[in-house]
Amino acid sequence: MNKTNESDGAAPLLRARGLSKHYGKDASLVRAVDGVDLDVDAGETLAVTGPSGCGKSTLLHLLGGLDRASAGEIWLAGQRVDEMGERALARLRREAVGFVFQAFHLMDELTAVENVELPALLAGQSPRAARRRAAGLLERVGLADRAGFLPSALSGGQRQRVAVARALVADPLVVLADEPTGNLDSESTLDVLRLFDRLHEAGQTLVIVTHDARIAATADRLISMRDGAFVDQTRLTGGTGGTGGTRGSLGALAGLEG
Amino acid sequence: MQQEVVLAMLAKEPSHGYELRARLQQALGPAGDAMNAGQIYVTLSRLEKAGLVSCEQSAGLPDRPDRKVYALTASGQRRVADWITDTTWPGPGLAEFHLKLIAAAAARLADPLTIIDAQRRELLRSLRDTQRAAMAEPDRSDAALLLEGIVLRLQADLRWLEACERHWTGRKDQP
Repeated sequence: MNKTNESDGAAPLLRARGLSKHYGKDASLVRAVDGVDLDVDAGETLAVTGPSGCGKSTLLHLLGGLDRASAGEIWLAGQRVDEMGERALARLRREAVGFVFQAFHLMDELTAVENVELPALLAGQSPRAARRRAAGLLERVGLADRAGFLPSALSGGQRQRVAVARALVADPLVVLADEPTGNLDSESTLDVLRLFDRLHEAGQTLVIVTHDARIAATADRLISMRDGAFVDQTRLTGGTGGTGGTRGSLGALAGLEG
Repeated sequence: MQQEVVLAMLAKEPSHGYELRARLQQALGPAGDAMNAGQIYVTLSRLEKAGLVSCEQSAGLPDRPDRKVYALTASGQRRVADWITDTTWPGPGLAEFHLKLIAAAAARLADPLTIIDAQRRELLRSLRDTQRAAMAEPDRSDAALLLEGIVLRLQADLRWLEACERHWTGRKDQP
């Protein structure tokens, strides 16, 4: 369960160069992703934002091996992803990458714990080991008491936390999340943000594609995307001010006089 | 601290200053952390001078430094009633930033898009700090509700910055 290859040293966990995805051709050519360079460090939380149709979901699919690039190179932990055959790619998706989607994508007829253990069973783990792992992950996302519930009996935020637990079942190198709070109310959004925050503190690498500023603001780094290309990068951690100024500014933001 | 807020807190029952302060801190949560301990007493003494509250020395609690109990006067009660029905709402102060962009573009002081980017970074940092505070609050607490309001307001401001960016992209307002 090595998170990173020690010999990699300071090399980024996930790297893309000249990454492109084009649809159609000639006059109707659509450059969904257009020559993007990207480095994600191990343990980093990166948010990619932009208007719908800017190519951010396509980028995520390319990075996770759900879709093939038209051009460019992708490395994950030193391995070339773009040159992998179908079998290697399937294995990568199963073992090295965890996916979280806007619409949860849980199996309606399976309980929470069955949903979480399913990828482990498909990967050949024994039922007992898979169940133990799934139960542990549900506990980690704060849903130990909902293990036997069907998704229909869970709130949106709880369903997304089950989906996050499922994404973690293979102890992936990176979790890729596509609009994870897109279907959630503000309280559930806060639950998911708390969970991502804990994953981040535990050293999990996260790439989150979102138009939700609330998620974007909690990332270490924020990339703005437009028309398939990166237009702005902002580092949000560190930076100006310290915790000292924060408290006072919360009062100012709330409209309290100084 | 706004006078009307302190007055309205007193409407429940006559109270010591420290009791009011504790109730305010409970309601504000982390947003009230920077509140100065003396502020409420300054406000109370102003209200007393204005005849809106009365003050009595209370017996008991010898370990408490302030033994004054404050209560609303009749005119204090009227002021609270007016305040409760008042619908004045603080504006978000958009005009200043709007005019900053206009002036910067017209006099070529700076690229409006650079100003917008810097402002967005600042708002995102404020949003991050507010989210962090909200994540640490129990759900449905009074303080969490206030933090949610700050978050929604910042989100609205960020959306306006997106509109600003679209407006100023590719525009060359030259004098």
